[in-house]
Amino acid sequence: MSDEEPLLEVRNLITAFDTDAGLLRAVDQVSFEVKRGRTLGIVGESGCGKSVTAMSIIRLLPQPMGKVLQGQVMFKGRDLLKATDPEMRKVRGGEIGVIFQEPMTALNPVQRIGKQLSECFLLHTKMSRKEAWEASIEMLRLVRIPAPEQRIGDYPHQLSGGMRQRVVIAMALACKPDLVIADEPTTALDVTVQAQILDLMKQLQKEMGMSVILITHDLGVIAETCDEVVVMYAGRVVERAPVAELFERPLHAYTRGLLNSMPKLDTPRKSVLPTIPGMVAGLADLVPGCRFCQRMGREGPVLRERPMFEEIHPGHWVETCPNCFEEPA
Amino acid sequence: MEPLLSVRDLKMHFPVRGGLFLKSIGAVRAVDGVSLDIAPGETVGLVGESGCGKSTLGKAIVRLSNPTSGSIVFNGRDITSLGRHAMRPLRSDLQMIFQDPVESLNSRLSVRQIIEEPLVIHSRGNSAWRRQRVDELLERVGLPKSAAERYPFEFSGGQRQRIGIARAIALEPKLIICDEPVSALDVSVQSQVLNLLLELQQEMGLSYLFIAHDLAVVKHISDRVAVMYLGKIVELADADTIYQNPRHAYTRALLSAIPEPDPRLRKKRILLEGDVPSPINPPAGSAFGHRIGHPRYEETIGMDLGLAELEPGHWVAADPCCLTPEDWEKARNS
Repeated sequence: MSDEEPLLEVRNLITAFDTDAGLLRAVDQVSFEVKRGRTLGIVGESGCGKSVTAMSIIRLLPQPMGKVLQGQVMFKGRDLLKATDPEMRKVRGGEIGVIFQEPMTALNPVQRIGKQLSECFLLHTKMSRKEAWEASIEMLRLVRIPAPEQRIGDYPHQLSGGMRQRVVIAMALACKPDLVIADEPTTALDVTVQAQILDLMKQLQKEMGMSVILITHDLGVIAETCDEVVVMYAGRVVERAPVAELFERPLHAYTRGLLNSMPKLDTPRKSVLPTIPGMVAGLADLVPGCRFCQRMGREGPVLRERPMFEEIHPGHWVETCPNCFEEPA
Repeated sequence: MEPLLSVRDLKMHFPVRGGLFLKSIGAVRAVDGVSLDIAPGETVGLVGESGCGKSTLGKAIVRLSNPTSGSIVFNGRDITSLGRHAMRPLRSDLQMIFQDPVESLNSRLSVRQIIEEPLVIHSRGNSAWRRQRVDELLERVGLPKSAAERYPFEFSGGQRQRIGIARAIALEPKLIICDEPVSALDVSVQSQVLNLLLELQQEMGLSYLFIAHDLAVVKHISDRVAVMYLGKIVELADADTIYQNPRHAYTRALLSAIPEPDPRLRKKRILLEGDVPSPINPPAGSAFGHRIGHPRYEETIGMDLGLAELEPGHWVAADPCCLTPEDWEKARNS
């Protein structure tokens, strides 16, 4: 572990949504850090709060329901949660680039991609329109779009899904951000295109030295791209570890459940797959204690008190619930 | 053994219209000469990238669309050109499960009505019997009895898929076409649904055509796997064989693209350039040879690229661009 100052540090983040049932916490005291030039993966099932965490960092929560109740998001020495709106607009697209899952919703369907790309430059740099256009062509070339001089005049619908996602990546990287937040960037794509995009992101990261937060439900993608992993369950981080350590020595029952329930290419065919019984409780019904015990139908004091989050091995943190935490022999 | 389903040289072309009088100016060759057998109790997995025609093939088999040419023989009967009315009695043997359980369930009907509907249409039993049957079906797919009086929106994705499965098995079909049934589900729920499908197959002797893009899932559930590329099957073999010893270049590229959930195995990929070419006026020769810019592409124009049996039960498109020289020799002489 280096003592280097992390690029981003999220401390005790609590994000809640104002609903008819009251203020419900979608993210409950989440902490993690992202080191310079590294990739942090956030993995978990739908509704675990991984996207809400990302949206809290860049302050794009749905308004007026979404609220950050508590916490700090330290980015390059300042707290983004205390930044003003104009400051945040500079940060987004400038120092922090964002890649969303569905490129069709991230792009404006009635504007040529060249216009949308040059907008990044016009907003965040002092380039002229012409310079911005040239820089946009350069960006398209960087993300390996063939014939960028022609493609730049296209509308999003004229491009395939993989090409669109490249345009979104180009937009996120346009201003040489220090951090890129990628929320399920390849989920909507075919495996072959996914491989191209992940490969591209890795290469660009090497060239530009940025940090990446990769949010996904796919443990395969995590294994191939991340340096460190945060496993979220029902709004909380249940385990956090360097990637090799997490796959080799998962300490939390939920992480183990996730890893086991994926069919792998060497799983015997037609064998019964291990499953995680039950399902995640609704936000309104979550207990203060161990939420995985709640899913497993356990009762008693474990549901009342939140387990400690402890560092068991260097860099390997886990919620030490007496039922869910287990050190392999 | 007599196959339950036998598809021969099936083509499904859609006209592309344009110009002043919307004349037909071309055709989308979504499915372009597919032959496939499914034996009773067998699962055939169908994989390929989006747009390769796998879903269209599934829909043509259940006759949700009318094939352009070719034949579909189901349970010994040619169903290729049966009309709506003639198809109806056969539907009880031939069911379908869709990817998005939200969109495939009628949100205005209660779960009981949804599952009961096929029983009513096929006039099975009286209402008391049907009531009991729905309860049994719910229990079989792992839902509580109380679910019957609730509505689809009250359920999670995995539970909705269970409702879809209960409806599909209500008439005790012989074959279920599963179109991406677990793609929208979380991993832990996905494994529950896969286990359920496998259990049902054992109990009821079901056959599945399992269409999916997740290759690990397909391998897990299938006996044989067919790989589709641009409307054609390019490789077909026993599931273990095709994953251990893929012979077609496209199958190899597809398999190498799967992200393995093991950080020690960050492997060297065969990265494919570009996307699947458009099925509107596809390349004249080998479609995959064209995509990878193979030097022998020109040779394949006008060549018969049909399947050849390299090993017993292992079929691969006889295409010089996509096979090793030895395999190509073998395929050409077979």
